[in-house]
Amino acid sequence: MASKLIFVLALAALAIMVVLPLGWLFYTSLQIPDAAQLSFANYVEAFTKSIYLGPIGNSLIVATCVATIAVAVGTPLAWLLARTDVPGRGALRALIVAAFVTPSFLGAQAWMLLAAPNSGWLNKIWVALTHAEHGPLNIYSLAGAIFVMALYNIPYTFTFVYGALELMPAEMENAASILGARSLRRTLSITLPLALPAIIAGFIMSFLEALAEFGTPAFLLIPARQQVVTTQLYLFFQFPQRIELAAAYAMPLILVTALLLFLQRRLIGRRRFTMIGTKGERRRLTPLGRWRWAALGAALIPSLVAVFLPYTALLLTSLSRAWGLGPVPGNLTFYWYRWALVDNATTQSAIVHSFTYGFAAATIALAIAVTIAFAVTRKLVPAGELLTFICMAPFVVPGIILAIGFYSAYSHKPLLLYGTAWILIIAFATRFLPIAYSNMTSALQTLSVDLENAARTLGAGRVRSLFTVTVPLLRSAMLSGWLLVFIPALRELSCAIFLFTPRTAVMTTVIFDFSDAGNFEAVATMGILIMAITLAIVGVSYRLLGRSLVEAQPA
Amino acid sequence: MARIVIERLRKRFAQTGPLAVDSVDLTVADGEVMALLGPSGCGKTTTLSLLAGFLRPDEGEIRVGERLLSSPAGVVPPEDRHMSMIFQSYAIWPHKTVFENVAYGLHVRRVPRREIVSRVEEVLDAVQMKHLAQRYPAELSGGQQQRVALARAIVVRPDILLLDEPLSNLDANLREQMRFEIRRLHDATGITMVYVTHDQAEAMVTADRIAIMNGGRVEQVGTPAEIYERPRTAFAASFIGRMNVLEGTLVGVDTVACSGFVVRAAAGVSLDTGAKAVVCIRPQHIVLGSVNGTPSAASATNRVVGRITRQTYLGEIRDYLIEVPGGMQLRAVTSPSLQHEIGSEVTLELPIEHCRIVEL
Repeated sequence: MASKLIFVLALAALAIMVVLPLGWLFYTSLQIPDAAQLSFANYVEAFTKSIYLGPIGNSLIVATCVATIAVAVGTPLAWLLARTDVPGRGALRALIVAAFVTPSFLGAQAWMLLAAPNSGWLNKIWVALTHAEHGPLNIYSLAGAIFVMALYNIPYTFTFVYGALELMPAEMENAASILGARSLRRTLSITLPLALPAIIAGFIMSFLEALAEFGTPAFLLIPARQQVVTTQLYLFFQFPQRIELAAAYAMPLILVTALLLFLQRRLIGRRRFTMIGTKGERRRLTPLGRWRWAALGAALIPSLVAVFLPYTALLLTSLSRAWGLGPVPGNLTFYWYRWALVDNATTQSAIVHSFTYGFAAATIALAIAVTIAFAVTRKLVPAGELLTFICMAPFVVPGIILAIGFYSAYSHKPLLLYGTAWILIIAFATRFLPIAYSNMTSALQTLSVDLENAARTLGAGRVRSLFTVTVPLLRSAMLSGWLLVFIPALRELSCAIFLFTPRTAVMTTVIFDFSDAGNFEAVATMGILIMAITLAIVGVSYRLLGRSLVEAQPA
Repeated sequence: MARIVIERLRKRFAQTGPLAVDSVDLTVADGEVMALLGPSGCGKTTTLSLLAGFLRPDEGEIRVGERLLSSPAGVVPPEDRHMSMIFQSYAIWPHKTVFENVAYGLHVRRVPRREIVSRVEEVLDAVQMKHLAQRYPAELSGGQQQRVALARAIVVRPDILLLDEPLSNLDANLREQMRFEIRRLHDATGITMVYVTHDQAEAMVTADRIAIMNGGRVEQVGTPAEIYERPRTAFAASFIGRMNVLEGTLVGVDTVACSGFVVRAAAGVSLDTGAKAVVCIRPQHIVLGSVNGTPSAASATNRVVGRITRQTYLGEIRDYLIEVPGGMQLRAVTSPSLQHEIGSEVTLELPIEHCRIVEL
């Protein structure tokens, strides 16, 4: 009966994490302050007033541009690295991964240092070189926000397309070669169309990311007084609070997300892209000849603007007494690191909070994911599809909207969680539950039921065989699932910004507040610390997991 | 003229690794079907990839007619070789319809649109796929995909058609049917074909000549009948058809001493006396006789007494496994009416005209 108890607990947790917040979100959207009956008045107000329609238009412009740029850069980049003999492919990939792990709000902050209208370093260099009156760059604009978000979205398309190109059987392209198609024709008529599902997936992913992104627009567009949907939602939370209006305003974002993900599945349609290939085939790389070095230069540009420049700016700023003076001797100091780690109680407790909340969230999400995934893949319970749907539902809910749902569900009795650490922990766990769940499901699917059944025929109960056979075999999958929740939780901003209180501030909310206050040295220092901690964790776990990860590969 | 001449071809993949293709010499006549037959890892697919121009040889040359296609100095790319290829996975493009797949090579060759339509329809008709022209590959069965691959390869009227295990993903019935279709296709078009397979029956049905490959080398080239009847190596002997291979020492130019008995063959070999050699004899050529009542039941030249260890009734034949002095196991097949009990002693006659001595 222990198995039943565990399962019921997991169900209760799912109700608290997913069903109640989303239910309350919808309920709240129908509420009118100080009125008893429900109505659609909030929807009417949200979608007819022109001051609220403007941000929707801006969001669509931003998302479309970001996704277009990300695909336009990411696709050729993936092709260069997967299919040509461009030099330094390994290093180029590492740089793209570095862009991938950089939270885009940190990139936005770095670009504020580089390209603020007057004080930005690049503008200052320009003025010094040309004696112009002012520099050409203004990061506080729609174009600036699009630029920064596109930079950190390129890795999505890159990763999807690169993966598709690697998986594509060499015979597909060889068949075109032997029929007489040269490199360019082969690439355009065979290679790219076969990678189209990955390109579309990259576009949709970036579109949704840009739509749901809060940090970058908050940093770059609020000062420009240009709102997008997410910053408008943030404004609804400022005084005077309009929670009900925010809930109504958020609904289309969920619908658009769900619709696009559904569309993506349908688009492939009749041309199911299941390809059989033979093993051990060798692929010919397209020789670039004298274009090799030019291609390397072009491939380096995205990394230059997404990684080199921002990290240089952040690092130098964190080491400067005052960043406006520039990185000159006499201005350099470790003061801010000492300040963040030793002297300042706010940053200290924020670091502790980030760790403990992330730890708790990852553990909770993993426990639920393992339990539900096990019950569903082993068909131990009815309504497995519904359970999968609930576990995956947060995937279509942008973080900021999840936060509104949590706020409306748990800022009053009977479950008053707002103001405690729990609301942040549960929100983090919910937000990244889909990652843990899909990770565990795929791990369990590769694990034969017979392994467990063998234990059960020898007399072990269901729970015992689970813990003596399945769990040890899943150990590395569980650890990587845990990390896939812990690491994003460390850098989560869009949920945390709505749910934290001064007593429960985490590193990202502290960064946000410092940036708001113009304390860029502190922002840079905390940003560098977050990245250093993330890298250290990834490095250590790679060391620990690397070996067993390889060994755990099912045949 | 699409006469293929391969000379001293060598290829290795890892710098210090073994040779995947080791000094292969092979000539394929214009209009001939040549099968490269061998177990997996024997170098047959690598040879085909070299022929197609996907790989560059480390040593040796490939010529077609007067044209030098491959040498260590450089290769003519696959797209300029006027060849077609059928891949093991078919490599039918999933984003194109059957029609578009077949038309691709014609578009590349800038054939006028109207001619493309008529040629594609003609070839689809020939492979009985015309009614499925607008389907996508995911909606086709394996056999239908195979036909599309065939149509796509021949519609461009290549000089040479390369086939890489084209039938290995089909089920047994379909495979047998397609063997004959490929042969029929060849007889109708006269295209020179190089056909890679590990299936001896497939090679025997489709090919004019077979090159037996092993360990990167060509062991023997010949018509199916030549290889079956006069295998030159123990490997060639055992790879085509079932064969008893008896190891021994050469004691005369045409005589081998195995442990416990001596076998003479019809033809001698040019090996020194005392060298290791093997005698090959096919199971159906061994004549079994009862020991009971035969006074001369002793071992003599080309005759040995053995004990039945296994007996299988297969309807049309009986299949025996017989242990002879020295511990070797021989197989013999007889008509089903001849029955010997397991454990009983029998004489085995090894007719001199069916024994062949080959190098070990």
